[in-house]
Amino acid sequence: MYIATNTHILVAEFDYVEPTTLEEVFWHLSEHGPQARLIAGGTDLLVQMKMERKNPACLISLARVLELQGMTSNSGLTVGATASIRSLARSEPIGRHYTALAEACNAFSTIPIMVMATLGGNLCNASPAADTAPPLLAFDASVALVSRAGQRVVPLEDFFLGPGQTALRHDEVLRSVHLAESVRGAGSAFVKVARVAADISQVCAAVRVVRDGDHVIDCRIALGAVAPTPVRAHRAEAFLTGQRPDRGRVDDAARIAGEDTKPITDVRATQEYRRHASRVIVRDALTTAWLRAGGRELK
Amino acid sequence: MKPRVIHLTVNGEQREVSVSPNDLLLNVIREQEHLTGTKYGCGIGECGGCTVHIDGQPMLSCLVLAVAVDGRAIVTIEGLARNRQLDPVQEAFLDHSAVQCGFCTPGMIMMSRALLNENPRPTEHEVREFLRGCLCRCTGYVSIVRAVLAAAERGAGGEERS
Ligand SMILES: Cc1cc2nc3c(=O)[nH]c(=O)nc-3n(C[C@H](O)[C@H](O)[C@H](O)COP(=O)(O)OP(=O)(O)OC[C@H]3O[C@@H](n4cnc5c(N)ncnc54)[C@H](O)[C@@H]3O)c2cc1C
Ligand code: FES
Ligand code: FES
Repeated sequence: MYIATNTHILVAEFDYVEPTTLEEVFWHLSEHGPQARLIAGGTDLLVQMKMERKNPACLISLARVLELQGMTSNSGLTVGATASIRSLARSEPIGRHYTALAEACNAFSTIPIMVMATLGGNLCNASPAADTAPPLLAFDASVALVSRAGQRVVPLEDFFLGPGQTALRHDEVLRSVHLAESVRGAGSAFVKVARVAADISQVCAAVRVVRDGDHVIDCRIALGAVAPTPVRAHRAEAFLTGQRPDRGRVDDAARIAGEDTKPITDVRATQEYRRHASRVIVRDALTTAWLRAGGRELK
Repeated sequence: MKPRVIHLTVNGEQREVSVSPNDLLLNVIREQEHLTGTKYGCGIGECGGCTVHIDGQPMLSCLVLAVAVDGRAIVTIEGLARNRQLDPVQEAFLDHSAVQCGFCTPGMIMMSRALLNENPRPTEHEVREFLRGCLCRCTGYVSIVRAVLAAAERGAGGEERS
């Protein structure tokens, strides 16, 4: 990654526009064509431009577009695309009802990055290691994509197509993220393994379980940095659903989740390490989520 | 790529500067405002040396376009002292020898100031968490954490001017 570029300046030349409404954003997108790029916090895009891996002719800033800001609760929670990671980390309703998401935002590398980085940018950059993706998958999140032609709502699981690849069309903007309403008996947890606290994940996992008495009646397990996109561990979810969990069952579910990963070796970790760590953190996240759901200590 | 004029408040003073879209806030602060306290370390968000406050929030000026902060208030390390009186955080860094080569110091102090503004009595753990994005090659961090805790003890929390 660290090629010998001068990261002290931006060599590329580009235009910069700062629309204040979505309508103006659409106008700029059609005016400048595929050479234009949206910029939110810039923490991914400006680094990529400094490294000369992206070279847009025009940057369309989303920072002052009111329609993309804020958070509203309405049978669940809708978060505007430009909400900062730090605002999510500090949000009381997210901490209470979407604990795994709050934990993921708090585990985001550093405070200034959390202040600058946005939720929409994290998803649209589509890194397999995007920390907000696993918890959002665990909460059955969907994304609202808007263009002149209108709005379509896409389940987050169908949004990621590959590293850096999403279902967004060039003329579309990710407007908001919707999280399903939290239900009684639910508990969630996020666990991240990184080389140091201020780095992106080597692997991360989010889990949500819904408990009825001693049984798991619903379960989501999602992992980051173990496949070309953030992924759900469907086989492990099915294995636990309807069961009465004990240590052995949780271990088995975690093993299945680990077996289903397709990690690569890179500067941050080897394939073997990622697969092994997946299993460990899914076990830990399941155990914590179960306790948070009010479940009894696992035997 | 035409230059354009933007208006900033820099350490309490109104400034008008001409910038190109690809000028980073850090370059404007150092080269146009001649405020060289803010440091250029990595340029990609990983060291914290370029930390400044924008509308009171700690941000990395190496990853902020100058055109994007038109109309906003910037505080740099030079803006913390008032009437030739150091900020209590700066005093504490001196008292606790939290400065060796000094390259990380402006970023460390801007982050510490931001922490105390929102949390006047942090625990040691909270200090380490908040400063985790600031790299120091010299001190081993112990003296820095001690300085921030000492500043908090002296009641250094509270709002800075913007
Ligand atoms: C030092 C450092 C540490 C980091 N640590 C982490 C970490 O721990 N975990 C992690 O997950 N990430 C991390 N990141 C990556 C980055 O900060 C996040 O992915 C961040 O959320 C990106 O948001 P942004 O607003 O800055 O995106 P930008 O850089 O502004 O945009 C990213 C991409 O998304 C597109 N885009 C943005 N918003 C929209 C929208 N609303 N609609 C359509 N397209 C859009 C842009 O065109 C661009 O291609 C780190 C980055 C740095 C530099
Ligand atoms: S120079 Fe900005 S974080 Fe290193
Ligand atoms: S004092 Fe030298 S880098 Fe911190």
